[in-house]
Amino acid sequence: MQNPFAMLMPSDRHSDRVVPPSGFTAQLTLFSAAAMAFLAVFALALSLASGRLADRWQDALDGTATIRISAPPEQMETQVAAVLALLSTTPGIASSRALSAEEQRALLEPWFGPDLPVDALPLPRLIEVTEGPEGYDGEGLRQRLTAEAPGAVLDDHTRWRRPLALAADRLRLLGLLSLVLIAGTMGAMITLAANAALSANLQVIRVLRLVGAKDSYIARAFVRRFTLRALSGAAIGTVVAMLGVALLPRADEAGGFLTGLGFQGVGWLLPLILPPLAAIVAFAATRFAAFRTLRGLT
Amino acid sequence: MIAFDNVAYNYGGGELLSEVSLRLAPGSFHFLTGPSGAGKTTLLKLAYAELKPTSGRVTIFDREVRSLSRDDIAMTRRRIGVVHQDCQFLDHLPLAANVSLPLTVAGRTGEARDLTDLLGWVGLGALGDALPPQLSGGERQRAALARAIIMGPDVLLADEPTGNLDWELSLRLLSLLVELNRMGKTILIATHDLNLIRQAKAQVAARVLRIKNRRVQLAGADL
Ligand SMILES: Nc1ncnc2c1ncn2[C@@H]1O[C@H](COP(=O)(O)OP(=O)(O)O)[C@@H](O)[C@H]1O
Ligand SMILES: [Mg+2]
Repeated sequence: MQNPFAMLMPSDRHSDRVVPPSGFTAQLTLFSAAAMAFLAVFALALSLASGRLADRWQDALDGTATIRISAPPEQMETQVAAVLALLSTTPGIASSRALSAEEQRALLEPWFGPDLPVDALPLPRLIEVTEGPEGYDGEGLRQRLTAEAPGAVLDDHTRWRRPLALAADRLRLLGLLSLVLIAGTMGAMITLAANAALSANLQVIRVLRLVGAKDSYIARAFVRRFTLRALSGAAIGTVVAMLGVALLPRADEAGGFLTGLGFQGVGWLLPLILPPLAAIVAFAATRFAAFRTLRGLT
Repeated sequence: MIAFDNVAYNYGGGELLSEVSLRLAPGSFHFLTGPSGAGKTTLLKLAYAELKPTSGRVTIFDREVRSLSRDDIAMTRRRIGVVHQDCQFLDHLPLAANVSLPLTVAGRTGEARDLTDLLGWVGLGALGDALPPQLSGGERQRAALARAIIMGPDVLLADEPTGNLDWELSLRLLSLLVELNRMGKTILIATHDLNLIRQAKAQVAARVLRIKNRRVQLAGADL
């Protein structure tokens, strides 16, 4: 009892033979473990992908919004001043500042080259707005801008992503919850299969007790079997599912959600914990079932 | 070795055994007799802790049965050889594996080399690879005896060991049991075969316990 996992060492092949092979429950266990591992890989992939998505969108939200002011040159400075004043009294806005002519030229340079006569062009002025942690009321700000500076347009294109980021975060949680449910279901299925095997072998167990076998010895024969079956079944299911994920077409590199479902980098190692996890679940479930059956015998 | 003190037992109906007190001294040879259904098998089950007494005390190797843990019971059974009435073999294992099963479950597989000798001693040397269902009743009972003694137990309990045997084979089995007793083993045989008892009494100092009206009494010379 010091080390329950010593039960799994191949040293004791005899305890395996004393219980007759059980073809049907063996195949059922193998199949369930494979199916559950297959589903678990997708739940894991879903969870990881939605996690990445949530992070990405959250980052974008932390960026800034822009206010664009188009006005006749003589009104420009007054409107800029009016907008800045308005922003400084708007709740939820951490800071705001007007971009200088140099900064605007730098923004345009990639498109028009360095020689663009910025001063001579009727360019709109840009005001960079940094949102505070509590967020601001976009619609309210828009209305006040129209009243105070008719030439100002609020561009907060990233804000529509907020509910999506939230949804992606929920999706990650649902994926994790699915993993827990899959593990629980597998435990339940293995308990049922182990109980079936134990009842089918009640007479064998009785004889083993009669000739002086300890409970741990008898339990070991069953635990070994179901643990190894769960391990190999889960390994098969995991490999097949990982192949499936690896072969998903990558049509949209721009970050479409479905095509981003794969694993990335070390993420590919994560599904490899599923077979050992299945083995641990099977170990615990069979051990529990075996000792419960044995307690009913002398 | 094994002692009953004022033991009673019932399966849930009426009381089957009452006020049973007996003592199996080391090296003693006892028969347990009584009509079919009297409770011979039940008494033996009490003696190897498959059943616990409804009241009274059963003591095996100086330990009260009720105080034994499940592992203690397993260890106790390794010191008591039992020939069960229905043999209790594992039908999917060959005879040799069945006979050495007590060694296997005790993790003493290395000692199975004595197995050939033992199978030869009970006259089953050629049948080690046969499956139990392929054997005759007599062969099964001799195999059961071999399994009962493979651990070198101090006590041997046999439940109707000659039940399926003709007279000649019964005598052969009896002589094996007498031989074991001469080697110092404590022996208790449940049987309703009075001829067998008479035959044994000619060879060893056997005492006869008889179950009558739920009580166990020492039978006199009136057999
Ligand atoms: N597991 C059991 N449950 C209920 N009754 C039983 C059980 N085993 C035996 N009995 C009853 O107890 C009585 C004695 O049985 P047993 O000890 O086998 O007698 P014997 O071996 O002397 O023929 C019988 O009437 C039998 O029907
Ligand atoms: Mg009987």
